[in-house]
Amino acid sequence: MIHVQNLKKTFGPKVAVNGVSFTVKKGEVLGFLGPNGAGKSTTMRMITGFIPPTEGEATIGGHSIVDDPIAAKRLIGYLPENAPSYADMTVLGFLNFTAELRGLAGAARKSAVDRVVEMCFLENVLQQSVETLSKGYRHRTCFAQSIIHDPEVLILDEPTDGLDPNQKHEVRTLIRKMGETKAIIFSTHILEEVEAVCSRAIIIDRGSIVANGTPADLKRRSPHAGAVTVRLSDNSAAAVKGKLDNMNMVDRTVVIAESPATVRAFPRKQYASDELAKAVGDLAIQERWPLLELHTEEGRLDEVFRSITLPDTKIKSAKEISK
Amino acid sequence: MSETTATTTATPAVETKEAGTSARHWSPILTIAKRELSGYFASPVAFVFIVIFLLASGFFTFMVGGFFERGQATLETFFTWHPWLFLIFVSAIGMGMWSEERRAGTIELLLTMPIAPWQAIVGKFLAGWTVIGLALVLTFPVWITVNYLGHPDNGVIFASYLGTFLLAGANLSITAMISALTRSQIAAFIISVVLSLFLILAGYPPVTNLAMGWARFPWIIDAVASFSVMTHFESIQKGVLDSRDLIYFLSVIVFSLFTTSVIVRAHRAG
Repeated sequence: MIHVQNLKKTFGPKVAVNGVSFTVKKGEVLGFLGPNGAGKSTTMRMITGFIPPTEGEATIGGHSIVDDPIAAKRLIGYLPENAPSYADMTVLGFLNFTAELRGLAGAARKSAVDRVVEMCFLENVLQQSVETLSKGYRHRTCFAQSIIHDPEVLILDEPTDGLDPNQKHEVRTLIRKMGETKAIIFSTHILEEVEAVCSRAIIIDRGSIVANGTPADLKRRSPHAGAVTVRLSDNSAAAVKGKLDNMNMVDRTVVIAESPATVRAFPRKQYASDELAKAVGDLAIQERWPLLELHTEEGRLDEVFRSITLPDTKIKSAKEISK
Repeated sequence: MSETTATTTATPAVETKEAGTSARHWSPILTIAKRELSGYFASPVAFVFIVIFLLASGFFTFMVGGFFERGQATLETFFTWHPWLFLIFVSAIGMGMWSEERRAGTIELLLTMPIAPWQAIVGKFLAGWTVIGLALVLTFPVWITVNYLGHPDNGVIFASYLGTFLLAGANLSITAMISALTRSQIAAFIISVVLSLFLILAGYPPVTNLAMGWARFPWIIDAVASFSVMTHFESIQKGVLDSRDLIYFLSVIVFSLFTTSVIVRAHRAG
């Protein structure tokens, strides 16, 4: 549905987006990650046709956003960053306005408005003007606008920004459900959101894609994915560390806590993490360790995120992680 | 919760087939114009400006212009002040047209809708023009007064109203263009007042006569004056609608709105 080919955007001497390419199919939810100023919003603005790309092309359902913008824009629902809406309008007036601009009229418009009002829980504020709404409601009003024409493509710039945990949960549920039938791109800072909602994630840094894969794929790139951690009730950490160091599968070990003793062992490259876990389990039985916990680290997205997007401080953050 | 209805309305019901191309062009324009109009009247600002305009035009016509003292059944003293009143009034109506969209970020919403930018530009312009038209319509007591007191040529008055409406449109299009340049309504207001003032003064007889005094090439003064709204408004306030004046005002409108679209595009291009 969404096909992005070598998109590039420069603002004067500054390169905001540098050769971004990806595709999103129907039924996919693509999470767009990256530090502030990495070019997420700029990329989304180019895909939605708000700003023209300096180079490259984006097509929506086969329509180029540059050459055939109106046909392409018809297929897109867009929630811009900060969820702008006309402050002087009522929620109902605003939704009617956007529905009309989408070419909905009469009964079709009414049913479309009713549908999004129900989906976004806006019944109570329909007659209120947008400027009197709380941030959560304002956000949902703009979100409602983006899905009013039931678009095939949905582009959401930080859709859960400024919402409370319950609202976040609702919006995520909505995105996941709509993701079954639509092609969705959404950007976020919240990494757990990516795991909860996305079928694929892209990490973008300084205008370029630095990682592209399923959340599970990305987590495996975490510096301590596959490490095995044990926690024991009353042994000394140093002793446990010594025993683990002696195993030939183990590359290195790190003491996480002294009491209760918690030690993490990293496998050598050639061994799978499961093998190490089994071996550590055998060792625990043999040594009659009073095990409180033994688990394999899956890796965490935030670590991957940090290690990929902060190359300068990579060493420092790696140290922090292994502390 | 309502995914069943979602699938039934999956195909956006675009206009009915019998609606031709012109309807497809006009319907977003009207939608936007309607929204802008409701925006003008959602706050008291438009009312306040209309009232101030009416008070000011009454004051200048009767107190300063000496409407009664002249003892003539014409509205010349009424129309003659319009370029000066529009300087403030029209700039105030148009100052937020694009600057407010930029400040609030709604421009991103508007320009990612399946409409052409020129449709938004024309829609907004028409809404502002309608507010001004409404203000002009509300000056009808002046017309009643002059008809009550004497026997004016109502054809002349009608032509003058049309001309002054065109003048306001030209001023508004200039303000729209300036408004697209900035995020600040106040800046847009001040710059468009200055620009409109220049367009008045370039053809204002006290200024042109002074300039003629020192000019080595009087045709330059004439050439500059021909760009002034005053040169083209002079005959209009006497009720003469010359096609050259109409073309002048219409081309100012078209040029300014076209420039607005260039500015809007340039702003997006970064």
